[in-house]
Amino acid sequence: MNSILRIILQRLGLGLLTLFVVSIVIFVAVNLLPGDFAELILGQGATPETVATIRRDLGLDQPLVLRYFDWLRGMLTLDLGTSFSQLNRVSNLGGGSDTTTVVEQIAPRLSNTLFLAAVTASIAVPFSITLGVLAALYRNTAFDRSANIFTLSSISSPEFFMAYVLILFLAVLNPILPSLSNIYQGMPFWERVEKSLLPALTLTLVVTAHMMRMTRAAIINLLASPYIEMARLKGLSPMRVIVKHALPNALAPIINVIALNLAYLITGVVVVEVVFVYPGIGQLFVDSVKIRDIPVVQACCLIFAAAYILLNLTADILSILSNPRLRHPK
Amino acid sequence: MSGWMIFLLGLAGIAAMAFLFRLAGQKATGDAPKFRDMSYGEAFGYMLAATLLILAVWYYFQPKVTEAGMANAGVVFFRWAVQGFLIFAAAAWLFRLLGRNVGTAWTRKLFRQMPLTASFGILVILIYAFVAIFAGAIAPHGQEEILGAANVIAGGDPALGGDPAYPLGTDQIGRDILSRLIYGAQNTVGIAFITTILAFLLGGTFGFLAATLGGWLDQLLSRAVDVLMAIPSLIFALLLMTIATVWAPKLGIPLTWFMIVIIAVIDSTRVYRLARAVGLNIVVMDYIEAAKLRGEGLGYLVFKEILPNATAPLLAEFGLRFCFVFLTIAALSFLGVGIQPPLADWGTMVRDLAQFINFAAFSPMAAVTPLLAAGAIALLTVGVNFVVDWMLHKSSGLKE
Repeated sequence: MNSILRIILQRLGLGLLTLFVVSIVIFVAVNLLPGDFAELILGQGATPETVATIRRDLGLDQPLVLRYFDWLRGMLTLDLGTSFSQLNRVSNLGGGSDTTTVVEQIAPRLSNTLFLAAVTASIAVPFSITLGVLAALYRNTAFDRSANIFTLSSISSPEFFMAYVLILFLAVLNPILPSLSNIYQGMPFWERVEKSLLPALTLTLVVTAHMMRMTRAAIINLLASPYIEMARLKGLSPMRVIVKHALPNALAPIINVIALNLAYLITGVVVVEVVFVYPGIGQLFVDSVKIRDIPVVQACCLIFAAAYILLNLTADILSILSNPRLRHPK
Repeated sequence: MSGWMIFLLGLAGIAAMAFLFRLAGQKATGDAPKFRDMSYGEAFGYMLAATLLILAVWYYFQPKVTEAGMANAGVVFFRWAVQGFLIFAAAAWLFRLLGRNVGTAWTRKLFRQMPLTASFGILVILIYAFVAIFAGAIAPHGQEEILGAANVIAGGDPALGGDPAYPLGTDQIGRDILSRLIYGAQNTVGIAFITTILAFLLGGTFGFLAATLGGWLDQLLSRAVDVLMAIPSLIFALLLMTIATVWAPKLGIPLTWFMIVIIAVIDSTRVYRLARAVGLNIVVMDYIEAAKLRGEGLGYLVFKEILPNATAPLLAEFGLRFCFVFLTIAALSFLGVGIQPPLADWGTMVRDLAQFINFAAFSPMAAVTPLLAAGAIALLTVGVNFVVDWMLHKSSGLKE
């Protein structure tokens, strides 16, 4: 037990270190931007006085290292500053009471994205595991082949292609689901599920292939082992052999793949969110990228990286926990 | 919810039919092993497939125009999809037949063992390569050429707002969509190809160097790659493209070059991992030791000893990497920060034409063009993936 704890702490420490270095990379990358943020904020309305004020307010007259630690402290205390577009409005139009901070901008978006990821995961995970078990059960039949071809095609086509095909068939030709996900706060739960169902289905198509193929491969790998042979000789039905005997031992790689795909769901949603105009963090990120709203871009980047690292870490730890051979390293 | 009721009743009917089917089969064949040992799930699967097939055939032969005189768009799209599928399947089969009878003994053997999906993939890759190379000769118009009429509908039927001169119509500022699709092959595929090669040069070189030299260089490169891989690639590419959009006009370098370098660097981290792992397995071989004792230099070791032995996994990785690069570029263009106009590019075309999908119910032809552009991307990546899947399956020796 002690060694497990040590391994987990080790991995956590490594993850934190990676996150720290990633934050440096993001900060340096953003500061490679030529010119002055203050002029960028003010745009056309820049006068030397306002530029100087903004520079002082943002601390742009400080050296780079100091600014980095300042930003990091802000990140840790959830004070991400104010976005440039908001600052621009304030400085050009006066009035500063109704500005929203980056945190207030990001928080609802992030919860929307997590909601979408949760809806997708609750469809995709059972679906792909069932499909994988069935494909392993009826391996090398027409069903297995067609499932293989179908999932391989859906994973390799771009997300927006799948999205538009789904829109065409489920929203335009047969108006079953809404093609735009206009989600607002305080929406009833089921209405929210309905609005996010089409993006969730698109994402399901994208992530299913990986999970299904891994489930199938992991189960088939085990089918040659003696205890499966034993179970078969006892006279158990093929379904029972696979679900009761093979699946529990195949869980480690499956869990690993699920965690990796969840990481994809949180970070890879950018395109899908743009197609469905889903008010998630990916959409916010793309919009901010287009208008070069640096504080928002930085914060989104860091959140994406953190989610990615965290889920990869979880996959790592879960696969160690589920495999006794990794739990007791030599 | 009558729709759900019909669905559930249909399922129950199939379930009953499956039971009867198995029973009838057992009776009719006098308990032949096939029916005697058939599990219920298998029988259900047969019945489900038969029902779906019958439904599909029935739907296929529905009239194209409803009684009210409106186009029955669902049927039209379904027919296109089925026809496309059948044509591609037939083409792949013929291509495989051709490959089995023409060529050297080696290629004939290759084609004999090939599944239909792989020959489909090879056929698609060849067609794309041909179109990309000879785009200038095939395309009826230039990619930037603005012709008279804007927003001409595809299909070439003047009664529906088409024009026989532009079989796929024109876009929002009056450029021929067919020509832009053809030039898109050159631009999108060409740029993705260059990017992938660059990524392989970078990642492969550093990966093999790290594997051969080891020590601090290996540590330094591997940790740097770890950090770069910790940032999701599309997000990182978007961040760097933001910065590039500011730098590009200042330095007077086209944004596309920045994109090529950015994506190549991001993707080279994945190549590095593979090249290093493969290289590490090779450097411990005796023949490397022998070459070192002979006093061969680093260049000889990497290019003459390691590279030839690492070709197979690297080639499969090249196909996969190309797909990822191609999809990343398409996604960036779709989001508006990738390949810049006036260059024709499929991702940008999808974004510009996407709103026409909403008119599909009234005029199926209007929705064709964005789907064609997106489908062109999908077809190539699917084809490459089929080929890579087959190659990996063949070389892994995964026996089931």
